[in-house]
Amino acid sequence: MSLLLALGFWLGAWGANIAIANSRWRRSLPARVAVPVLFGLALLVLWEGLVRFFEVPGVILPPPSEVWAAIQRSPDLLWEDFRQTVLKGALSGYLIGCGAAFLTAILIDRSPFLTKGLLPIGNFVAALPIVGIAPILVSWYGFDWHSKAAVVVVMVFFPVLINAVQGLRESDTMQRDLMRTYGASYWQTLLKLRLPAAMPFLFNGLKIASTLALIGAIVAEYFGSPTRGMGFRISTGVGRLSIDLVWAEIAVAAVAGTVFYGVVAFIEARVTFWHPSHRRK
Amino acid sequence: MRRMFPILAVLVALAAAWYAAVAPMNIRTALDQAKRAGAVVTPEGARVRHEVSVWRLLAANSEHIPAAYSLDRPRLPTPGQVAGELWKTTGEMALRGRAFSKRSLLYHGWITLQATLWGFALGTTLGILGAIAIVYSRVADMSLMPWAIISQTIPIVALAPMIIVLSSQVGVEGRGVPKAIISAYLCYFPVLVGMVKGLRSPAPSQLDLLKTYNASARQSFFKLRLPASVPYLFASLKVGIAAALVGTIVGELPTGAISGLGARILIGDQFGTPLAIWAALFAAALLAGALVTLLDVIQRITLRRMGVHP
Repeated sequence: MSLLLALGFWLGAWGANIAIANSRWRRSLPARVAVPVLFGLALLVLWEGLVRFFEVPGVILPPPSEVWAAIQRSPDLLWEDFRQTVLKGALSGYLIGCGAAFLTAILIDRSPFLTKGLLPIGNFVAALPIVGIAPILVSWYGFDWHSKAAVVVVMVFFPVLINAVQGLRESDTMQRDLMRTYGASYWQTLLKLRLPAAMPFLFNGLKIASTLALIGAIVAEYFGSPTRGMGFRISTGVGRLSIDLVWAEIAVAAVAGTVFYGVVAFIEARVTFWHPSHRRK
Repeated sequence: MRRMFPILAVLVALAAAWYAAVAPMNIRTALDQAKRAGAVVTPEGARVRHEVSVWRLLAANSEHIPAAYSLDRPRLPTPGQVAGELWKTTGEMALRGRAFSKRSLLYHGWITLQATLWGFALGTTLGILGAIAIVYSRVADMSLMPWAIISQTIPIVALAPMIIVLSSQVGVEGRGVPKAIISAYLCYFPVLVGMVKGLRSPAPSQLDLLKTYNASARQSFFKLRLPASVPYLFASLKVGIAAALVGTIVGELPTGAISGLGARILIGDQFGTPLAIWAALFAAALLAGALVTLLDVIQRITLRRMGVHP
C-alpha cells in the first residue's frame, strides 16, 4: 500500500513537472521553484514508501518521517552542535581564511614576480586533498573549535587566493590606461576598477570555499572534539546505533550548507548585478 | 626556464620558512627531552618553561636548537625528515623487494588509487549522462540542475559514515565500494557542469546547418555536440579527478579504514607518529599531482589529434 502510494506520488510529480516545464509559464519564478521542489519531495516520498514497504529496520535506514521526529525531539542538542561546528568552527575559519586570502592576493598582485611564482603553486595546492591536515592541526590547537577553524582556514585559503589573483588581473589594458589618463592613483584604480572587475572571480572562490568550510569543520571533529559538535555526534551516533539522530544531524548539516552557499550566492547577485550572468533577462 | 624561475624562488622561500618554523614549534619538546636526559636547561622547571614564550626559550637555550630538528615525534618535522620518511616507506622498501607490504606507502597509495579511479569512472559516467539529460530534456534541466548544486553544498563527510554502514548492511564487503561512492559524489559535479556547458557550446548556426543536412538527433549529437564538448570535458575531468581523490581520502579518514593513504593519516594520529601522517599527506599530494598531470597530457594529445588549438 505505502509502496503504491509512493510510486503514485512519484509518477504524479513527474507528470506535473513535465506539464510545468512545457507550459507557458515555465520561465516564471514560481515554476522554476516548483519543479525542483516537487522533484525533491518525490524523492523523499519514495524513500519513505520504500523503507516502509520493505520494513527496513530503523537502525539501518530510518524513513524521513522518523528523522523529522528526531529533529523535533532534540532541538537543543542540534542547536548546540550547530553552534559548535557551523558558527564557531566553520564560519570563523571561513572569515579568517577568506580575509587572509583576499589580503594576500592584493599584496602579491603588486609584484608580477610573486604572481607568476604563486599562481601555479596555488593552483596545484588547491587541487590537493588538504583535509588530511586535520589531525595535525587538531594536535597543534587542541580539541575545541580553534583547531576546526584552523583546518577551515587552510582549506579555503588557496581556492580564494587563486580566484582573487586571477580576478585582479581581469581588467584589460584599455581600462587601466583610461584610469591612468584620469591621473588615478594605485588605490583609486584598485577600488574603482580592479576590485569591482575581480568580484565575479572572487565570489566564485568564496562559493567553493563555503562548501569546503563545512567539510573541513566536520572532518576535524572526527579527530577529537569536546562532547559536542556535528562530527562528534555523527561518529558517536553511528557507534551507539542512534541512527535517526545521525540522520537528523545530516539534515541539519545539509540545510546549513545550502543556506551558507545561498547567502554567498545572494550577496554575489547583489554585488555583481552588472555581470551578464546576473542581468535580468 | 624563465617561467620556472619565479615558481622555484617561491618554493625555496616556502621551504626556508618551513625550516625556520621548526625551531619554535619543537623547542618545548626538545627541551623536555634534554631535561630528561640530564642536560642543563633554562628555566629549570617544566611548569615555568610552559609560561615562558617560545622566543625567550630559543634565546636562552640556543645550544639545544639542533635537537629541535631531529626529534622522533616532532610537532612539525623538517622537510628533510618528511622526505626521508617518504623514501623509507616507498623507494627503500621497493629496493628491498617489499614494495607492496602493508607498511609501504606504495601499497596504501595503490588502495587509494583504485578507489579513486572507480569513483572517477562512476562520477564521470553519471556526470556525462546527467549532462546529456539536462541538455536534451527541459524537465531534467529544471529539476536536476538545482539539486546538483544543492548536493555539493551538503557536506559529504557527514554522510560518509552512513554510506559505509548502509553498504555493509546491504552486503557489500570491504570499503572499496563506499569509498568509490563518496569519491563519485564529489567528482560528478564538475563533470556535469562542464559537459552541460560543452554540449551547449555549438553555435545556433552550426545546429541549423545540421538541420538543413536533415541530420538526425543522433547524428547531430555524435558529429557536432559531442566533439564540441571535448575541450570542456577535459577541463572538468582535471577538476574531477582531484575531487575524486579528496573524496576517497575523506571516505578513509573518519571511518576506521585500515588501508589507504587516509587510513595511514588516521593511524598515524592514533599512534602519535607525526612523521607517518606527513609522509602520507605528501604521498597523497604526489598522487594528486601525477593524476592531474596525466590527464593534462591526455588532453593535449587528444586536442591536437582533433585539430583543436587551445
